[in-house]
Amino acid sequence: MKRFLAFVRKEFYHIFRDKRTLVILFGMPVAQIMLFGYAITNEIKDAKIAILDKSKDHLSKRLSEKILSSGYFVLEDYLNAEHEAEGIFQEGSVKMVLIIGEDFDENLQQNHTSHIQLLADATDPNTANTLINYTASIIRSFQSELNDHRSLPLTITPEVRMLYNPNLKSVFLFVPGLITVILMLVSAMMTSISITREKETGTMEVLLASPMQPLQVILAKVVPYLLLSFVNALAILILGYYVFGVPINGSLILLLLECILFILMALSLGILISTVTHTQQTALLISLMGLMLPTILLSGFIFPIENMPWILQMISHIIPAKWFIIVVKSIMLKGVGIGYFWKETLILVGFTLFFVILSVKKFNIRLA
Amino acid sequence: MRIIQFLVRKEFLQIFRNKGMLPIIFIMPVIQLVVLANAANFEIENLKLFFIDKDQSTLSRLLRSKMDGSNYFLLSGFGLSSQDGATALDRNQADLVIEIPSGFEKKLVRENTQKIQLVVNAIDGTKGALANFYALEVISQFNQEIRQDFQAINKVGVSPFNRLQVEYSHWFNPDLNYKTFMVPGILVLLVTMIGAFLSAMNIVREKEIGTIEQLNVTPIKKYQFITGKLLPFLILGLVELTIGFIIAKVVFDIPFVGSIFLIYGFAVIYLTLVLGLGLFISTFTETQQQAMFITWFFLVIFILMGGLFTAIENMPLWAQRITLFNPVRYFIEVVRMVMLKGSGLMDIKWHALIVFLYAVGVNGLAIYRYRKTV
Repeated sequence: MKRFLAFVRKEFYHIFRDKRTLVILFGMPVAQIMLFGYAITNEIKDAKIAILDKSKDHLSKRLSEKILSSGYFVLEDYLNAEHEAEGIFQEGSVKMVLIIGEDFDENLQQNHTSHIQLLADATDPNTANTLINYTASIIRSFQSELNDHRSLPLTITPEVRMLYNPNLKSVFLFVPGLITVILMLVSAMMTSISITREKETGTMEVLLASPMQPLQVILAKVVPYLLLSFVNALAILILGYYVFGVPINGSLILLLLECILFILMALSLGILISTVTHTQQTALLISLMGLMLPTILLSGFIFPIENMPWILQMISHIIPAKWFIIVVKSIMLKGVGIGYFWKETLILVGFTLFFVILSVKKFNIRLA
Repeated sequence: MRIIQFLVRKEFLQIFRNKGMLPIIFIMPVIQLVVLANAANFEIENLKLFFIDKDQSTLSRLLRSKMDGSNYFLLSGFGLSSQDGATALDRNQADLVIEIPSGFEKKLVRENTQKIQLVVNAIDGTKGALANFYALEVISQFNQEIRQDFQAINKVGVSPFNRLQVEYSHWFNPDLNYKTFMVPGILVLLVTMIGAFLSAMNIVREKEIGTIEQLNVTPIKKYQFITGKLLPFLILGLVELTIGFIIAKVVFDIPFVGSIFLIYGFAVIYLTLVLGLGLFISTFTETQQQAMFITWFFLVIFILMGGLFTAIENMPLWAQRITLFNPVRYFIEVVRMVMLKGSGLMDIKWHALIVFLYAVGVNGLAIYRYRKTV
């Protein structure tokens, strides 16, 4: 045991000696959660619009004012003719043009109908849709003002409840994914690189020639990364909870246990990678291309899996991160118990066993 | 000039000799472009709808088929109690639950107004908000239809209602194809990643294997050395961009409205900047691993704040100011503007000027930082 601890201590020396990598290891999650929490958001506010008011009567002005005072829009420019719309879109900053039809007030008085046209820059489809929806709902409420809030026969009033994330904060969506990516980065990538480095520099032979069992040598290399990733995960949870109010509705203990399970899975994957590679560079590239990218792209972290073509959906099944993200979301945001995700947990256990068995089989005591 | 020529040839020899790197340079980006363009899809359709009908009346059934018939929703299940809806949400089997209370139809006719419940899974805020909007739209349409029928049957004289007719059109991307939006951005991403990683790891590698000293003892000047490192990657980057354009056109059929020369012209300035950044990183790192991590760190921030996935205008003001220093932002904007909207040189002149100054600054710094002594 004492010998084992000495090996662990040695590994910690390795880690703490490389200050730059260490700073990035801890700086990256903090920087990312800050970005996701403060900067990256799909909430629309101050979108730039241009207005083409063809009637310029008091009612059309009231409507423009109402739209501009909503907080979603900022006026960039008034247009004089319809053909100016294309030019102003090409300049790039205006996202929507509001066109108020001719004789706005008069038409309403006489025919009880007036026309409004919305042109949206749909190069970004979701923003375009959201802007149109916002404007349409403002216009609807303006219309009901015009009718003195008179209610119509047979009015259905939908009451809406936003579940799990009432303020629609994007950070809620990203915290579970961020934990997953960081755990993958630290556990799988760092482990595989650090083991291959020992091979490259030749110190692996020294370690294997020591009286320690080969299995113990590997375990001793892995323990520090287990601790490191666990600390990292805790840091993200604490930051998310205290700075951004991301709740942990379910059991914290269960969440931490699932984290440890995922770390073990990632570590065994890291060991597996290190048994099949010989240089740091290959280990790095395999981890980056084979692990990080799929984990970020195909796990449902940022992009919803159900929108992908079936072949990518199939591939996403063999990405452990996908299952872990489901588990974390269920515990943190939905607050449900193990009954809802025992299947996902079992799949993660299966992955872990698979990787452990495979790496034990592949592990070579003698180096080439 | 001849010296730079030799240096460029040496770099190319080194790049093409390394058989392990070639697929990474040429095949990975293609795979990434195809996978990313298909994966990075925020298109919101086929939202899973769970319908709780406690009324079981003609009207409630009509509303159900109306929701089911719209393009946005897919009926994933229906139940009779509120508990069913909550379970469906917890089990991820629903994005949206609509609950019709019992006595819905009777009350609506008798009291003229009736509430219904909408519960939205809002973990993904954008999706939640859009699901809500779409549902409200369908419900209000439904409402209007039954009202008209009702008035026609009962011949109720109603005082005229003032109506604002809203029409809307989606410009530049009328089918709301999400790939049209993403593919130009992903192209920028690929060119940036390949350029930054290759250049960042390049000088460090020479340091690690010791060949940097051999270069240092030659009479090559500092600026020649940096230029010789820069040019090959610039050419590679442009080749990469061309492959990307071809895929965008052939595989994804992305429209190309503007001038291709304008994009290439801008790409040259932009790549000079990105490569300069990579070279600068490689002047102060000692191992390839460090260079890789630092580049990765900055790239992630650049990409997240580049407006690829989320619009820059939505960020708080201080974050928007920070993005002014983000090179990725400018190229993404320019590619989207020129490719999709056909913007001309005058529309992007500020982008070009800023990136140009930035490139001069960064490359100057890289030349300054590079020491011929160890």
